[in-house]
Amino acid sequence: MEEPAKLTLYSYWRSSCSQRVRITLNIKGLEYEYKAVNLLKGDHFDPEFEKLNPMKYVPALVDGDTVIGDSFAIILYLEDKYPQHPLLPQDAKKKALNLQAASIVGSSIQPLQNLAVLQFIENKFNADEKLTWAQNHINKGFAALEKLLKEHAGKYATGDEVQLADVFLAPQIYAGLVRFQIDMSLYPTLARLNDAYNELPAFQAALPQQQPDAPSPS
Amino acid sequence: MASDSEAMSRPANLTLYSYCWSSCAHRVRIALNLKGLEYEYKAVNLSKGDQFDPEFEKINPLKFVPALVDGDVVVADSLAIILYLEDKYPQHPLLPQDLKKKAVNLQVASIVSSSIQPLQSFFARQFFEKRISLDEKLTWSQNHVNKGFAAIEKLIKEIAGKYATGDEVQLADVFLAPQIFAGVARFQIDMSLYPTLARLNEAYAELPAFQAALPHRQPDAPSTS
Repeated sequence: MEEPAKLTLYSYWRSSCSQRVRITLNIKGLEYEYKAVNLLKGDHFDPEFEKLNPMKYVPALVDGDTVIGDSFAIILYLEDKYPQHPLLPQDAKKKALNLQAASIVGSSIQPLQNLAVLQFIENKFNADEKLTWAQNHINKGFAALEKLLKEHAGKYATGDEVQLADVFLAPQIYAGLVRFQIDMSLYPTLARLNDAYNELPAFQAALPQQQPDAPSPS
Repeated sequence: MASDSEAMSRPANLTLYSYCWSSCAHRVRIALNLKGLEYEYKAVNLSKGDQFDPEFEKINPLKFVPALVDGDVVVADSLAIILYLEDKYPQHPLLPQDLKKKAVNLQVASIVSSSIQPLQSFFARQFFEKRISLDEKLTWSQNHVNKGFAAIEKLIKEIAGKYATGDEVQLADVFLAPQIFAGVARFQIDMSLYPTLARLNEAYAELPAFQAALPHRQPDAPSTS
């Protein structure tokens, strides 16, 4: 196992993109310093943060003198540099399936229900419309993921090992349930996977409420 | 770098489901051209609703283009397709060995495919069309394209060479070219704000692999007469 010089993760407790990277770091047994970026307070607009990620999004990873923004780029970097517990299979079909599942979450679901988009819709219309919008996109994506993974899932999304698809799925399912009232009974495979993730310490430790910047329960 | 034809993996039979105007399909067309891969073009007319055809849904449950069929392998989603092609047909590799440079390429691809394209795409805009004026729709799309372009400009400014991340065409270029094309053709983006991207766009216009992938060069492009 390669030991990192010093890993720092810029993260927000509720950011599902940050959660993907937290899961990955945990799975690979990598310790890291957690630096909280409070999106509600606008920490991401700080020019110092913009230097780390010009998109002004969390997560961002610093590994020695390497700085990377974007969860997908970060996770594939970690895959190369710290190959323990690989997240991508050798088999071309299975690898493609994992990448497609990650892409459905990362391009077709999450960006359409992120904070900035939802704020726009709430400001333009109202909170009900905001919820409907988010639910539409999540449901559409979950329906596709259910179809995609149904035949291929084992204990986890694409077989019996935790892979990239699981890393992307878990935070999205969590957000769907906790923030957008998605009815997971419509997606039996995804619901079963979610139960499996809840048993895994690497996933549990990555949950929003476990993070240093999570508000204390009242 | 000349490709050794013996080293090139010959595909069994590649079929690409594509729509001429889809910038996601455009990316895959560039990648196939760069790797010298011939393919059968199957048009999916998104504006006529071809993507709702049950036969197509079997190939891509999300009903988006592009989708690639390679023998008995079916891959959908442009990023998954392109990384599949990278592994199977390693000629003209699109990802560098250097981890920092590789990460920048992946970040550019991700900014385009997650933060720009989905928000200015056909489907997102259709939702708004009923409720918001054409001007506001354009502003929405422009905001997202400009934000992404400003970020990419910063990200690659220091490392760009002839192309986005050096002197070889890489993944970042494959994702950038269709997005710049769409930005200019559909959203009136002022490229003078992004000197590096503007220069890259001119470089892409010189490359046959990129030219052949342009929307108006596809079999399903509307005739110009």
